[in-house]
Amino acid sequence: MNLEFTPEEQAFRDEVRTFIAENYPKHLADFGMREDMAREDFVAWHKVLGAKGWSVPAWPVEYGGTGWTPTQRYIWSEENARVNALMPLPFGVSMVGPVIYTFGNEEQKARHLPGIRSGEVWWCQGYSEPGAGSDLASLKTTAVRDGDHYVINGQKTWTTLAQHADWGFFLCRTDPTAKAQEGISFILVDMKTPGVEVKPIKLLDGGYEVNETWLTDVRVPVENLVGVENKGWTYAKFLLAHERSGIAGVARSKRGVEKLREIATHETLDGAPLIKDFDFAKKVSQLEIDLAALEITELRTLAGEQAGKGPGPESSILKIKGTEIQQRLTELTLEAVGTYSAPYMGGVSNDNGSNEHPVGPDYAAHAAATYFNMRKTSIYGGSNEIQRNIITKMILGL
Amino acid sequence: MDFNFTEEQGMVRDGLSRLVREQYGFEERRKAIASAAGWRPEVWAQLAELGILGMPFSEADGGFGGGAVDAMVIMEEFGKGLVIEPFLPTVVCAGGFLKHGGTAAQKEEHIGAIVSGSAVFAFAYAEPKGRYDYADLETTAKKDGSGYVLNGHKAVVIGAPWASHLVVTARTGGERRDRSGVSVFVLAKDTPGVTTRDYVTVDGRRASEVFFENAAVGADALIGAEGEGLALIEMVTDEAIAALCAEACGAMKVAHAMTVEYSRQRKQFGVPIGSFQVLQHRMVDMYTAYETAVSLTYLATLRLGSDERTRKQAVSAAKVGVGQSARLIGQEAVQIHGGNGVTDEYAIGHYFKRLTIFDSEFGNVDHHLKRHVALA
Repeated sequence: MNLEFTPEEQAFRDEVRTFIAENYPKHLADFGMREDMAREDFVAWHKVLGAKGWSVPAWPVEYGGTGWTPTQRYIWSEENARVNALMPLPFGVSMVGPVIYTFGNEEQKARHLPGIRSGEVWWCQGYSEPGAGSDLASLKTTAVRDGDHYVINGQKTWTTLAQHADWGFFLCRTDPTAKAQEGISFILVDMKTPGVEVKPIKLLDGGYEVNETWLTDVRVPVENLVGVENKGWTYAKFLLAHERSGIAGVARSKRGVEKLREIATHETLDGAPLIKDFDFAKKVSQLEIDLAALEITELRTLAGEQAGKGPGPESSILKIKGTEIQQRLTELTLEAVGTYSAPYMGGVSNDNGSNEHPVGPDYAAHAAATYFNMRKTSIYGGSNEIQRNIITKMILGL
Repeated sequence: MDFNFTEEQGMVRDGLSRLVREQYGFEERRKAIASAAGWRPEVWAQLAELGILGMPFSEADGGFGGGAVDAMVIMEEFGKGLVIEPFLPTVVCAGGFLKHGGTAAQKEEHIGAIVSGSAVFAFAYAEPKGRYDYADLETTAKKDGSGYVLNGHKAVVIGAPWASHLVVTARTGGERRDRSGVSVFVLAKDTPGVTTRDYVTVDGRRASEVFFENAAVGADALIGAEGEGLALIEMVTDEAIAALCAEACGAMKVAHAMTVEYSRQRKQFGVPIGSFQVLQHRMVDMYTAYETAVSLTYLATLRLGSDERTRKQAVSAAKVGVGQSARLIGQEAVQIHGGNGVTDEYAIGHYFKRLTIFDSEFGNVDHHLKRHVALA
């Protein structure tokens, strides 16, 4: 047992650090994510990585994965977090991609996996409905077989960044008479199909990150069904476990703590840097300790995966702790900027098109918006309460 | 990076696990605690026989070549069974001082006796007014000829009633709380001038107040350089904290499992209480607290050999995080056991007591949070 990098791992770290320094788009350096950024900026790094063969490290090698060890993947995310790199969005790479290569047929793999790898095709997720949130299996969107097509009707919601999407993966009810979980199918939908309508939802931070997606008599060829009809719930759960494993966001939170320390060095209290105030410094230390615990927990989970265990219910712990830490980080950042948390500068997504320089320090401009925005993390991907239900059932056996 | 245990470590775990399961049941433990001796020397002899007492010493020093990870494995198993025998003060603390600061002659004299089980040590570092500051010492060691004369009062010396030897911290120079002027001594407990007041601790162990009244020791009692003992004390106590955290993890694991099992058996309103979501989520939070505690224990253990700042940061992080988990799991386990949780008859209360006292050993949550802040 040890935490040290081998010489090979150190060489790998140097290699990826150099690659990132030389290839990460300069105009996006340390920019993070903004929902209002152009589509080409969202996928800029993804496309570079696609060309290099590094866009889907966790996939099996035969589908384009890099074959990296868990330690190498850890190094990879650390190095990207150092420059706050905008990583490939999860909808293709971490969600539908693994479902397609695990449960899809050869034709589907050949048709869809290349676009996910290269970043050419943008995917969105059609899971939640207005009446089906935590109780996802109660979803009402229907897909009715009509010859060689399914005809889909219903409404999805919280469809993240669907405004850019080329394709979506949708959970639809194909057997209304079966038990809730047993009549659901996993269907791929070309978002340009007539009858698909995407309407933006404005969020607390002023941005448009999510949408309502309406499906009215949308005709989808039956070859877009993934796996077996009415077995979609199995694939949906598989996908959620994959989604959760990357959700801890350890490397990014570590970078966030560094930034928090920088801010608290500039901000003053009683004439001294805020970070010298013990009450505040204590909260930062507690956050770092919790983050250290999460980091080792994630590494243990990755080591378990390498030993042949897929992402299991343990990933629910990563989701709960990871999102709690992300939220506490934004909360402490909000506290750190003090009075300059109040001015509204257009939010994380600048919806008034203003290019005015913010009042107050630059680092304060998005503190409140980010705090508001990150409340989503304990709600999405299966709320943290649902994660506790999963652990209750799968680990405690109750 | 590697999170696997070696084959030998797996064997040690299995062997100890069997010993604890077969010979260290709740009733046997209860009997031992109530006995005059208060511990089980025959178990100590078995630990020596199994090689457990020699595990963390190098082969050159007469041990079996293990290290901190081996100590972690051992302490975790002890924690599962609430084993009271003084592995920590003898092997981890005294053994640590000898390994890192002992002369060849001191190693020769003591390590073999520890490995064979014939010498039992206690570590007398705390004082009535010193709280968790190892330099805040009123005990003095005055140079006298080639040797020293010790005077002072050491508090809550765990395992001292069973000990043949003591490791003692005392001031040889400087002012109270100065970083310099702290020295470490090893001596036989029957050294003239050493007296004890022995008692039982709330978590079933034995401890003593140890008094030194002109207790004379030779120059060969000094471990490390005179007046420069603090760095050595910090290193050894960091090792002790990592080992204690492992013990707490073992106790938390069992306390959590017992609680889940109890919630399956106990029925109210016609159903097992484990079917109530309000309790399920609390038991999930206990489970999460346990897993993060294990992670921090690994971190502390694997950083013991790092540079001083990295080591201290990791150890303090662990003592904070494991301390918080231990508090949560102990209290919730009792709550979910209801009235039975506060009886002496149920094992869970005894796990609660051990997990409670854990926080006060070698610095509590507040102390280590402060140290973590100071190191940032």
